[in-house]
Amino acid sequence: MDAILARYFFVGAAMFLLGIFTMVSRRNAIYVLMGAELILNAAALNFVAFARYGAAARGPAGAALDGSMFAIFIVILAAAEAAVALGIVLQLYQHFPSIDVSKPNRLSD
Amino acid sequence: MDFFHDATPGVYALAILLLPLAGFLFNAITFRSAFTRAKGHVVPLITIGVALFLSLSIFKHAAFDERPAAHEATSEGEAPVHEGAAASLADLRFRWSSRDHGMSATVIDTGALKVDAAIAIDHLTATMLVVVTLVAFLVHLYSVGYMHGDPRFSRFFAFLQLFSFSMLGLVLTDNLLLLFCFWELVGVCSYFLIGFWFEQEEPPKASIKAFMTNRFGDVGFLIGVLLVSRLFGTFDLSEIQAKLRAVAEGQAHLPALFGWTEATLLTVAGLCLFLGPMAKSAQVPLHVWLPDAMAGPTPVSALIHAATMVAAGVYMVGRIYFFFTPFVLGTIAVVGTVTALVAATIGLVHNNIKKVLAYSTCSQLGYMMLALGVGGYAAGLFHLYTHAFFKACLFLGAGSVIHAVHTEDLRLMGGLRAKLPVTYKTFLIATLALGGVPFFSGAFSKELIVEHAIQWGAGWNVARWLPAIVAIFGGALTFFYMLRLVYLTFHGAPRDAHRFDHAHESPGSMTAPLVVLAALSIFSVDWLPIPLLRGMTMPELLAPPPPLASVIAGHPPGSHEAAGLMLPFLVLVISVLVLVAGYRLYQQTYKRRAPGPEARVAQFRPLHTAFSRLYWFDEFYEATIVRFGRAAARILTAFDVHAIDAAVNGVGTAGEATARIWGAFDRIVVDGLVNLWWHASHAVSRALRRVQTGNLQDYLAFAVGGMALVTLMFLFLS
Repeated sequence: MDAILARYFFVGAAMFLLGIFTMVSRRNAIYVLMGAELILNAAALNFVAFARYGAAARGPAGAALDGSMFAIFIVILAAAEAAVALGIVLQLYQHFPSIDVSKPNRLSD
Repeated sequence: MDFFHDATPGVYALAILLLPLAGFLFNAITFRSAFTRAKGHVVPLITIGVALFLSLSIFKHAAFDERPAAHEATSEGEAPVHEGAAASLADLRFRWSSRDHGMSATVIDTGALKVDAAIAIDHLTATMLVVVTLVAFLVHLYSVGYMHGDPRFSRFFAFLQLFSFSMLGLVLTDNLLLLFCFWELVGVCSYFLIGFWFEQEEPPKASIKAFMTNRFGDVGFLIGVLLVSRLFGTFDLSEIQAKLRAVAEGQAHLPALFGWTEATLLTVAGLCLFLGPMAKSAQVPLHVWLPDAMAGPTPVSALIHAATMVAAGVYMVGRIYFFFTPFVLGTIAVVGTVTALVAATIGLVHNNIKKVLAYSTCSQLGYMMLALGVGGYAAGLFHLYTHAFFKACLFLGAGSVIHAVHTEDLRLMGGLRAKLPVTYKTFLIATLALGGVPFFSGAFSKELIVEHAIQWGAGWNVARWLPAIVAIFGGALTFFYMLRLVYLTFHGAPRDAHRFDHAHESPGSMTAPLVVLAALSIFSVDWLPIPLLRGMTMPELLAPPPPLASVIAGHPPGSHEAAGLMLPFLVLVISVLVLVAGYRLYQQTYKRRAPGPEARVAQFRPLHTAFSRLYWFDEFYEATIVRFGRAAARILTAFDVHAIDAAVNGVGTAGEATARIWGAFDRIVVDGLVNLWWHASHAVSRALRRVQTGNLQDYLAFAVGGMALVTLMFLFLS
C-alpha cells in the first residue's frame, strides 16, 4: 500500500513545487494566483491520498472520509482566498495601471 | 649720663633712619596727587628736619656727656700720649651698640651665613649724623627755590629723601655687609639724581659713568668684605675688632688662606676694601666720574658730591681704621697725595664753575685720604666735616650764581659782586675756609693734616716727605684756583652784558642755607686746642681706634711724643706763607695782570694742556676699558642671539614637531579605527540590504528556500 501512497506523494510534491515555481516566477498576478491554487490542491491531494490509502483506511473503518472532507474545505478556502486575492489585484491595478507583481517594489531600500 | 644707658638712642637712630624713607615713600606714592604736585617739598622738609633735630640731640649727649676713657687718664686737654703697643689694645672709646639693648634684627640666617642688623653709635657716628642731616636739610631747603617750576619737583625731593635714608643707613650700621648694601644704594641714588634731567644729553651719560666707576670700585670692596667674612667668620664690625684684638694679643689666629701670613691677608683684604672708597671718594684713578657728575642739578652736587656721598668713602675708612696694616695705610696716603695734587692742578684751568668746585672736592678728598693714611685719624675726619660745610656752601653759592645768569661758564660771568651780595659774601667766606685762612674752620683741619704729614714723614726717607710737601704745596694751589674762581665770577667787568643785566639775587629759601653754612665755616670748632666740648677737643672727640692691624703686621706705631705747641705753630707759619704765596700769584695774574692769565698759560703751555685735558684719563679709559666693555657686550649679544635664542627656538620647533607626530597618529590611527568601523558596517549593511528587493516573489522564494532548509535539517540532523 505504501508504494501506491508514495506515488501520490510524488505527484502531490510535484504539484506543490510547480505551484511554488509558478508563484515565484510568473509576473502576471493571475498566474501567481494559479500557482497558489496548485499549491492548495497539492495539499488536498495529499489529504485524499492519506484518506484512501493511509493507515486509517486499512483499519476497521475502511476508507476514511476525513481526508475527503478536508479536501472540500480546502476548495472552499481556495475560493475565498481567490476572492480576496482578486480584490487585492483590483487594488493593485487601481494603483499602478498594471497587474505585474514586480511593479510594487517600494518596500525596498 | 643716662641717655645711653637704655635703648633710647636706638629709637632715635631708627627714627632718623626711617623718617627720610617715609618721606621718600610718601612722595613716590603720591606724586601725582594735587597736594604733592603743589607742595612736594613739605613732607620731606619735615622728615629731614626732625631727623636733624634728633641727630643734634644724639650729638649733644654723645659729645658733651660721654668721653673716651683714655681722656680720663690725661690731665690737661692735650692729645693723650700713645702708650706702648703692648700696653693696651683695648678700644676704650665711647661706643653704644643697639645689640646690647636687644635692638637687632636678623636679616639673613641660613645657618652658614648670619647677618644681624644693629646700630652702633660712637663719636664718629654722632658727628657724621649731624653733618649729614644738617647739610641734607639745608639742601632740601635750597632745592625749594632752585627746583621751583621743575616738572618733576616732587620726585626730586623723593630722591633726595631716598638718598638721605641710604646715607644715614650707611652711617649707622654696624655690619660690613649692610654697609655695602647701603653703599650701593647711595650709588644708585647718585645715579638717579645725576641723571635727573634725563631729557638732556649729558646727564644720562654722566650718571652711567658715575655708577659704572663706582661699581668698579665696589667689586674690590665686595671681594674685601668676603675675605673679611672668611677670615673672621662674621660681618659685624665690633666682632671683627674683638677678634682682631685677640689675634694682636696672640690669643687667636686667623685661618691661613692660600698659605699667606696673617699680615699679608690683612693687607690684601685692606687693599680690596679700599678700592670701594677709592671709587666712591673719587680718588685717582677712579675719579673720572666726579667732574661729569656736575651735569646734575646743583643741590645734588652740593649734597652728594661735596658733602656726603663722597665723604662716605672717607667715613668708611675711618670706621675700619683698625683693620689697615701699615702697607695699606701707606697706599692710602699715596693715593690721597696723588689725588690731592692732580685734582688741584686740573682745577687751575677750567672754565666751568661747577667743574672747578668738583676738582676742588676731589683734591680735598685726597687731602682727607692723605690724612688718614699718615695716621691723622682725627685730622682726616675733622677735615671731612669742615669740608662738608664750606664745600656745600660753595656749591649752593655756585647754584645761586647759575640760577642768576643761567650759565655755568666762567667766561660769561664777571662783576656779579654787586648783583648777588649775599651769594658773594658767603662764597667768599667759604673760599677763605677752603683755602685754610687762619680763624676759619678749614684752617684748623688742614693744619692738623699737615702736622700729621710732617710727623709721618719725619726722618731721612725722602719718599715719606711727599705727603707733607704735597699737602703744603697743594694749599697754595687751592687758594689760587679758588681766588681765580671768585675773581672770574664776581669781580671785574661783566663779560656778558645781557646775562649781567638779568641777574638777580636768589630767593630767601636759597640764601638762608648759604648764610648758615658760611656761619659754620667761620665758626671753627676748636681752632686752638681749647677745650670746647666739656673738656674735649675735636681731635680727642675723634680718637682713633687701637692700631690692631699694625701690631699684627709687626709695625706698631711708635709713640708720638706730644710735640707741644711747637709743631702746630710751625705749621701755622708755613700755611700762612703758603697762602700768601697763593694770593700773590693771584694778585699778579688777575689783579695787576702782570703778566695776565693768557701770558701765564703760554708760559706753562705743556702743563696747561695736560691739566685742561684732565691728564687724558678719560681718553685712556675710553681706549682700554670702555672699548673692552663694548666688545664684550657685542660678543655676549651675539651669543645671546645665536646660541640662547636658537636654543629656545629649537625647543619650540621640537615641540611643534612632536605635536605634528601626535596629530598624525591621532588622525591616522585613532580616527582611522573609528572610520574603519563605519566603513565596515556600511559595507555589511549594503550587502545585507540587497535582500530587501521589494519584490514579492523574491520574498516568497526566500521563504520557501528557508523552509526547505529547515525541513532538510530536521530530516538529517535529528
